[in-house]
Amino acid sequence: MSKDPRTSEILAQEYPYGFITEIDEDSVPAGLSEETIRLISAKKNEPEWMLEWRLRAYRHWVTMKEPTWANVHYEPIDYQTIRYYSAPKGRNNDPKNLSEIDPEILRTYEKLGIPLEEQTWLAGVAVDAVFDSVSVATTFRRKLEELGIYFCSFSEAVQKYPDLVRKYLGSVVPYTDNFFATLNSAVFTDGSFAYVPKGVRCPLELSTYFRINARDTGQFERTLIIADEGSYVSYLEGCTAPTRDNNQLHAAVVELIALDNAEIRYSTVQNWYPGDKQGRGGIYNFVTKRGKCLGVNSKISWTQVETGSAITWKYPSCILMGDNSSGKFYSVAVANNYQQADTGTKMIHIGKNTKSTIISKGISAGHGQNSYRGMVKVLRGAANARNYSQCDSLLIGDKCGAHTFPYLEVKNSTAKVEHEASTSKIGEDQIFYCQQRGLSVEDAVSTIVNGFCKQVLQELPMEFAVEARKLLGVSLEGSVG
Amino acid sequence: MLRIRNLFASIDGKPILRGLNLNVHAGEVHAIMGPNGSGKSTFAQVLVGRDIYEVVADELTFDGRNLIDMPPEIRAREGIFLAFQYPIEIPGVSNLYFLKSAVNAVRSHRGLPELDAVDFMSLARQQAAELGIDDAMLKRSLNEGFSGGEKKRNEILQMKLLEPRLAILDETDSGLDIDALKVVAEGINAMRSPQRGIIVVTHYQRLLNYVVPDHVHVLAGGRMVRSGGKELALELEQRGYSWLENEQKAVVTP
Repeated sequence: MSKDPRTSEILAQEYPYGFITEIDEDSVPAGLSEETIRLISAKKNEPEWMLEWRLRAYRHWVTMKEPTWANVHYEPIDYQTIRYYSAPKGRNNDPKNLSEIDPEILRTYEKLGIPLEEQTWLAGVAVDAVFDSVSVATTFRRKLEELGIYFCSFSEAVQKYPDLVRKYLGSVVPYTDNFFATLNSAVFTDGSFAYVPKGVRCPLELSTYFRINARDTGQFERTLIIADEGSYVSYLEGCTAPTRDNNQLHAAVVELIALDNAEIRYSTVQNWYPGDKQGRGGIYNFVTKRGKCLGVNSKISWTQVETGSAITWKYPSCILMGDNSSGKFYSVAVANNYQQADTGTKMIHIGKNTKSTIISKGISAGHGQNSYRGMVKVLRGAANARNYSQCDSLLIGDKCGAHTFPYLEVKNSTAKVEHEASTSKIGEDQIFYCQQRGLSVEDAVSTIVNGFCKQVLQELPMEFAVEARKLLGVSLEGSVG
Repeated sequence: MLRIRNLFASIDGKPILRGLNLNVHAGEVHAIMGPNGSGKSTFAQVLVGRDIYEVVADELTFDGRNLIDMPPEIRAREGIFLAFQYPIEIPGVSNLYFLKSAVNAVRSHRGLPELDAVDFMSLARQQAAELGIDDAMLKRSLNEGFSGGEKKRNEILQMKLLEPRLAILDETDSGLDIDALKVVAEGINAMRSPQRGIIVVTHYQRLLNYVVPDHVHVLAGGRMVRSGGKELALELEQRGYSWLENEQKAVVTP
């Protein structure tokens, strides 16, 4: 396109979150065995039932094979070279306030633009920050506790709210679920836990910020969110990782449970290191996220903006058990350079009058490969189930690819299922039109892409949407040149 | 302000403009007329830097600055505006948001402070109202699902907001009914100023009843074959273009 000299400058732009924090780490040796799991469990001072659950998962995992059905390609992962636990050294098990946290870590979060100080209260965001394998701070906990809301690290929940954890852990994603979820069940280190009691509308956006810092470390976080009857919670998750030339594994599990008349909104902006321009390095993001609308009239929505990771393998799903429950999936996935994304959702209609909506926007640029994979399943008892799916792909350049794999299984004749799909290319005439109005090529691409993603971005909480827009611009810079 | 000497443009090796000359001074309105396929739209696109054309010229300058190597967005920010014959649709991008981005890109280039949402909104509303554009149309996606007339009025709105120094209108009258034509013509006339040059590219004389040009040029076979005052447009209306094309052929092959 344009001969604009800035294009080449921007092409050279690097991942801005790629810095490494120098801190002492307390970690276990690389490799996976029952011994490793016992060590992790002991470091976290876990009760026996938790260790048993991990070991059951591990014993099952060794019988499983890594899945190959996804439309992604990578060298085999050697699970014995990964370190399964890494924590900043010398910290107390439970920092009481910010002054107990290693200042280096605080500076890391400052660089990332994540404020841990309580002024975030003004922004209405409570942050649980997970640094490698442990949660380093949870802000506003007291305020939330007054409302009966528990929001803490997963490890802490195991100690403080064992009944809730035991009741719901694995109730949506059983430890036998799939290769990566089972691995997570065996070795998960930390994550977030939230419980919103009956009738309470959580006044803050709960937020977790994940960062992978240590070399050769896998991050296996486990998140569990329970919305009791008539409650409401909105949860935000953001992720970054430093630039490293090897591939790091991130295999998380997120479980959501919505009881009668409850609503959970879960939003993700994922910006893990995507690898360099030649496709070296980057995070393998193999994640299992699933929500269960257990109660009547319950609602779960997943909104994700996936701009990072070398490989994304992720299908945030909803099990619509309660009558009149509804599930929504709004997704933007970017695959630029050599990124590969295989992402989508599963909507399982079990209860009567259940509704699901799927809006997927895939953007492919460079040599990126983007696949939408979605399943809509209507079981026999799901009378009057409704689904609407819309999958749009946008191509930038002619070396990338977009693929759509919709699966449909309908066993109730009263169900209505609609699917729409489109593929378009960013037109040179669109870019030129923007340029003629004074916009640079980068601004033109970012404007067009943001327009393409509008239906999804408008589902995000305001501050998050602003960040997501910027991120989309940055991750596609230099894709037209 | 615009000086063009011996301009050639081709696409995929096929010559379209072949030695075109034109001078436009501030305060003048020039009409470029000509039969279909004569290179009118190419000429408009070349002026704003569409890079699908290969361009050579002895001179192509705007206020003394060479345009040939100037990227399209810089030409735009320097004050060259094209009202497109076929305005492009950009789904999901609100008209208002796009207008604000464009106005602020141009303002910051000119060293003016950017307008905030509130100031811009009131400015845009006022200008839009004069063109019969309502709030709903400002909030819709850019040109998406706009009728032909709405698209053209929206181009004029952009021109008014961007306040270019050289405005080029490419077949802005095509597809307009008589009422819309009058609204658009009023919009163009309101832009006439001693500081601004305007080039109206049109196939028909119709628009020129409302926007009276200072100079009329006939483009045929990639060059200006006749220039004159506003009466030339009327003559073309009566006699068509063929006599000029024949005359031209007679000159080329005696």
